[in-house]
Amino acid sequence: MSNSVLEASHISKTFHDHIDVPVLKDISFQINKGEFVSVMGKSGCGKSTLLYILSTMDTDYEGSLLIDGELMTRKPGIRLAEVRNEKIGFVFQFHYLLNEFSVLRNVMLPGLKLNRQSEKQIEQNALKWLNVLGIDHLSARKPNLISGGEKQRVAIARALINDPLIIMGDEPTGNLDKKNSWLVLDIFKELSEQFQQTLLIVTHDPEFATHTNRMIEMEDGRIIRQ
Amino acid sequence: MNYKLNIEIAGSLLLARWKQTLVAAIGVTFSITMFIALLGFMTGLNKLLDGLILNRTAHIRLYNEIEKNPRQPVSRVSMYKDFYNFISSVEAVNSREEIYNSEAIIGAIRADKRVRGISPKVHTPAFFNEGNIRIAGVIDGINAREENELFHFYDYITGGSGDDLMTIPNSIILGKPLADQLLVNIGDQVYVTTPSGDIFPLKLIGYYQSGIRDLDKIQGYTSIVTAQKITGKPPDYYTDIQVKLNDLGEAPAIAKEYKSLFGLQAVDIQTANSEFETGSSIRTLISYVVGITLLIVAGFGIYNILNMMIYEKMDSIAILKATGFSGRDVKIIFLMIALGIGIFGGTMGLLLGYLLSLLIDAIPFHFSSLPTITTYPVNYNPAYYVIGTLFSLITTYLAGMFPAAKASKIDPVIIIRGK
Ligand SMILES: Nc1ncnc2c1ncn2[C@@H]1O[C@H](COP(=O)(O)OP(=O)(O)OP(=O)(O)O)[C@@H](O)[C@H]1O
Ligand SMILES: [Mg+2]
Repeated sequence: MSNSVLEASHISKTFHDHIDVPVLKDISFQINKGEFVSVMGKSGCGKSTLLYILSTMDTDYEGSLLIDGELMTRKPGIRLAEVRNEKIGFVFQFHYLLNEFSVLRNVMLPGLKLNRQSEKQIEQNALKWLNVLGIDHLSARKPNLISGGEKQRVAIARALINDPLIIMGDEPTGNLDKKNSWLVLDIFKELSEQFQQTLLIVTHDPEFATHTNRMIEMEDGRIIRQ
Repeated sequence: MNYKLNIEIAGSLLLARWKQTLVAAIGVTFSITMFIALLGFMTGLNKLLDGLILNRTAHIRLYNEIEKNPRQPVSRVSMYKDFYNFISSVEAVNSREEIYNSEAIIGAIRADKRVRGISPKVHTPAFFNEGNIRIAGVIDGINAREENELFHFYDYITGGSGDDLMTIPNSIILGKPLADQLLVNIGDQVYVTTPSGDIFPLKLIGYYQSGIRDLDKIQGYTSIVTAQKITGKPPDYYTDIQVKLNDLGEAPAIAKEYKSLFGLQAVDIQTANSEFETGSSIRTLISYVVGITLLIVAGFGIYNILNMMIYEKMDSIAILKATGFSGRDVKIIFLMIALGIGIFGGTMGLLLGYLLSLLIDAIPFHFSSLPTITTYPVNYNPAYYVIGTLFSLITTYLAGMFPAAKASKIDPVIIIRGK
């Protein structure tokens, strides 16, 4: 039981847009520690919607969600923010970085927010991850002055800074060329194999999915295979 | 709560848009500068104008009024009780202007703890002689030093020394226009005719200029002893007792008390000068209204820049929220930005306001009524600086509150989806 990182049971979501549009229908699954899971499915089948719910950012759904054994459903916003900060690393399709801060500071921010380690330690940690991802030479640069592939690696380093329970990604390679996509995939594989990092990645790319431990396939708001 | 981190983020957002934030801050600076300078100048002027009256007016003036007895003999006759009577040409009962038992009254008032000081006076009409022409005027016998302590007498002496009045016997100080009219200079003899017809030579030792020309044209000051001598009265003869209190506000009540206690006429300053306070308070009110209006305008400036910043920084807010900053953190960050603008703009405003006050204070200003004044009056009351600070903080807080609340409610999912 303690092996379970994330547990979704009977999650459904309906958008009320003039007419009711059911997007997710009774989704239940569980992710265990160290798993590298990919979510596949046609465009519009509800992958992103599901991921936003699992990441606690979207709270408007039916069913229940447990992260690290703690029930997230109907928790106050402040606690959800804490959980996101401490336990979830998020990588977006578009590399969301704060242009006001240097690359290094961007990576450090969630660590400073968590405030468990000294600033010095957090900085060393950030530099370590930047080094692992091969972009330590960019640490002093502003994010708007580096390439898309580099930005995505900075975002991965930021997701890793608090040693999260799970990393979630919504098409993190969707906006990258072949070469950079492979690079990111390799990084995820390395994190999974060497650091036993749990990952949940939404992707369009079947090739990407074949390199993961486990594939969840969705269609029309339902899981059809896992 | 990690305030240091929130401050760092607020600071970075501020600096990233430093030109716009500077403009917003300049709005605050401008309004606080104007607020400080305007209030300082206005209240400086108020003080000057009030001082014109307040400095020289007794809080309570005690004197004996020549009046008819309210109970005439006819009203004591019981058979005319139900009748109404008219009496013409009633003789006044107290034919003397002097205050009876003056020494005892002065002693009693001096012992009163509410009283700051008193200055008794001998007032007499007199004629000033210039050749064949006699100019009607008044002479006040005063204790120059007491008069100065209570009514800043020396401030209005434009030539000679007020102290000499007490040391040089048979000396007189004349209003400057009166001295000019009499063609006398300091050191010359002035011939005074008393109401009883005697002529006294007095030595002119100084000029007096109150700022009210009509008053200066008839006014002369001597020592109490000299005044008693020229009127031919004994040393306990006084016509007025001027009282200054510790608290001006108590004047009406104490005046009433003295009136019944000593059986004298007692006029308090509020009754004597009822209009001057209204003028002051209206000028002060206008200054506050102008200052606050400017601040509200500055507040809208801050509101605008924050709203703009929030639209620009939607993505950043979404990232902060996705990486674990709560709505409350975001709200605090934007409030800090607003307060940062307010504190910076406000501090600059206080500084510039002070400098502008110094500048106004240095502008030459000659006021014929007040020879001691050479530049515009400015009031450096620290209270205005405190009020200015409070106002700038409150307006920036209010201006920041709504945008900050809006920023805290931004749904990261909508932003991230929108890309
Ligand atoms: N705010 C909304 N209101 C109404 N319908 C919405 C809203 N957001 C998403 N949808 C609908 O929900 C469905 C699922 O959207 P979602 O973004 O989860 O799909 P997806 O699987 O991530 O697709 P893609 O692979 O193209 O990213 C879509 O049909 C979409 O039109
Ligand atoms: Mg999607």
